[in-house]
Amino acid sequence: MKGMSEMSVSRRFLRVWQRNLKVYQKGWKVIFLPPFLEPLFYLLAFGIGLSGLVGSLRYQGTEMSYVRFIAPALIAVSMMNNSFFETTYASFVRMYYQKTFDAMMATPLSLEDVITGEIIWGATKSVIATLIMLAVISCFGLIHYPEGLLTLPLALLGGLAFGSIGMFFTGIVKNIEMFNLPVFLFVTPMFLLSGTFFPLENFPRWSQHVALIFPLTHLVNLTRDLCLGRLRPTALWGLGYLVLFSLIFFPLAVRKMRRRLIK
Amino acid sequence: MQYIVEAGNVVKKYGEFVAVNHISFNVSSGECFGILGPNGAGKTTTVRMVYGFLPMTGGSLKVFGLDISRDWRQIKARIGVCQQDNSLDPDLTVLENLEVFARYFDIPKKEARDKALELLEFFALDSRKGAQVTELSGGMMRRLVLARALINKPDLLILDEPTTGLDPQSRHQVWERLEDLRAKGISVLLTTHYMEEAARLCDRLIIIDHGLILEEGKPDSLIRKHVGRDVIEVAQPARELRSYVQSQNLAYEDLGHRLVIYCDRRDDLYLKITRDFCKAGCTIRMATLEDVFLKLTGRDLRE
Repeated sequence: MKGMSEMSVSRRFLRVWQRNLKVYQKGWKVIFLPPFLEPLFYLLAFGIGLSGLVGSLRYQGTEMSYVRFIAPALIAVSMMNNSFFETTYASFVRMYYQKTFDAMMATPLSLEDVITGEIIWGATKSVIATLIMLAVISCFGLIHYPEGLLTLPLALLGGLAFGSIGMFFTGIVKNIEMFNLPVFLFVTPMFLLSGTFFPLENFPRWSQHVALIFPLTHLVNLTRDLCLGRLRPTALWGLGYLVLFSLIFFPLAVRKMRRRLIK
Repeated sequence: MQYIVEAGNVVKKYGEFVAVNHISFNVSSGECFGILGPNGAGKTTTVRMVYGFLPMTGGSLKVFGLDISRDWRQIKARIGVCQQDNSLDPDLTVLENLEVFARYFDIPKKEARDKALELLEFFALDSRKGAQVTELSGGMMRRLVLARALINKPDLLILDEPTTGLDPQSRHQVWERLEDLRAKGISVLLTTHYMEEAARLCDRLIIIDHGLILEEGKPDSLIRKHVGRDVIEVAQPARELRSYVQSQNLAYEDLGHRLVIYCDRRDDLYLKITRDFCKAGCTIRMATLEDVFLKLTGRDLRE
């Protein structure tokens, strides 16, 4: 059927987004806690623990404390986690166990509306987490303003990129346990090797190139530049990469979900 | 006269497997139309194509005179669907389930709330409107699914096995509510494998198996046509009975340990059988749709 297999996203995707927001508002006290506490734990561990060992380091030719270096990376990682885990585990539960998507598709909503709403909701969670973390980390004087505020639109873009690839995995995994694979082969290596905890400059040149494949590397670089208040022209490459990544994985996610849900 | 649903030679294939094989039927306005069939016959696949969930492999399908492959969004806005699986939203309360669902149809907030409260009252759920869906009994959940299917004041209600898994009390309650709705003139497309349900609710029905229509008609006339009025069942039939039945040219089915004889106003036959041939027990009863169904689709298990 032609009409139904075309990409047909309408403004109704907002209804799906609203549904998730409603559920979020009901449990906000619990959901609010991780992005609030996470930076505190990390800053405590790294600020007091590791800083004593590392002291300060050089990043892009500037001497800075280790805490100032990793604080922006924590925000970037949170952008990734919030959208990625929303469109993998949470979306899978809604799709598979709760049959929420089946119910939605018996209304004027299209599959594209549903998937778009889910991915944009994932990105929204990245923005909310960024907002909370920004507030907490600012208390330690580690964010440069006004540039730091640009991390909010950046969180939307990063959230779209990681939310799209998350939804792509949701379209192909056989069961919920299989998410372990993308988590340990994709998310965890990125978490450790995307210039989050160490400046990439300290790595061998080849591995610096490899790290550029990871979308998180670009997200970390951009967030760090914004939080340190220094915008470099190379930032455009990073932005371009994240846009491209989203443009590839968004339609792929829709296609895989179509194959999965409409038999 | 305009039909609510016009299905013409609808085909659905999965690779080589033909799930729905050139099915044609029409549903008139205000009618309750049933699709009966054993598990795996193609019932759910057929109705899913009608409500635009599944694309067809071939054929034509019009709902409200509109083409489902082109005007699906418009059509879906005027249909209420009660799916087989429980798809209520466990993250939301009873009332929220209806309100959030109303948003998918772009129903304004105030109107949605009024309609939701009215429906909860109609389905005797108003006392549970603040409850979590997971706290409800099976019967209540099903009534809530029905309420949800009516939130957009649909012109066509599609019910995919609406009472499967319910206890008799809940089933009868659902039937009563559906009869109320029918009295208000709503058109219904229903799938079921409960013959009692089909006989009670449906004006017309088709019996399908292996994706093909085996028979179409009104429940009563199908029973007359295929079975007659009465059914005599004889347990542990003796050989003499078998030869007697054959000699009398009667319609019957031999299940080995049980003989089922189809007849029409034959009290005399029943008396003769009880007197001359009955050992373990024999009964006479009204013929039902179930007899037609088993006769047409066979008695083999479907798994």
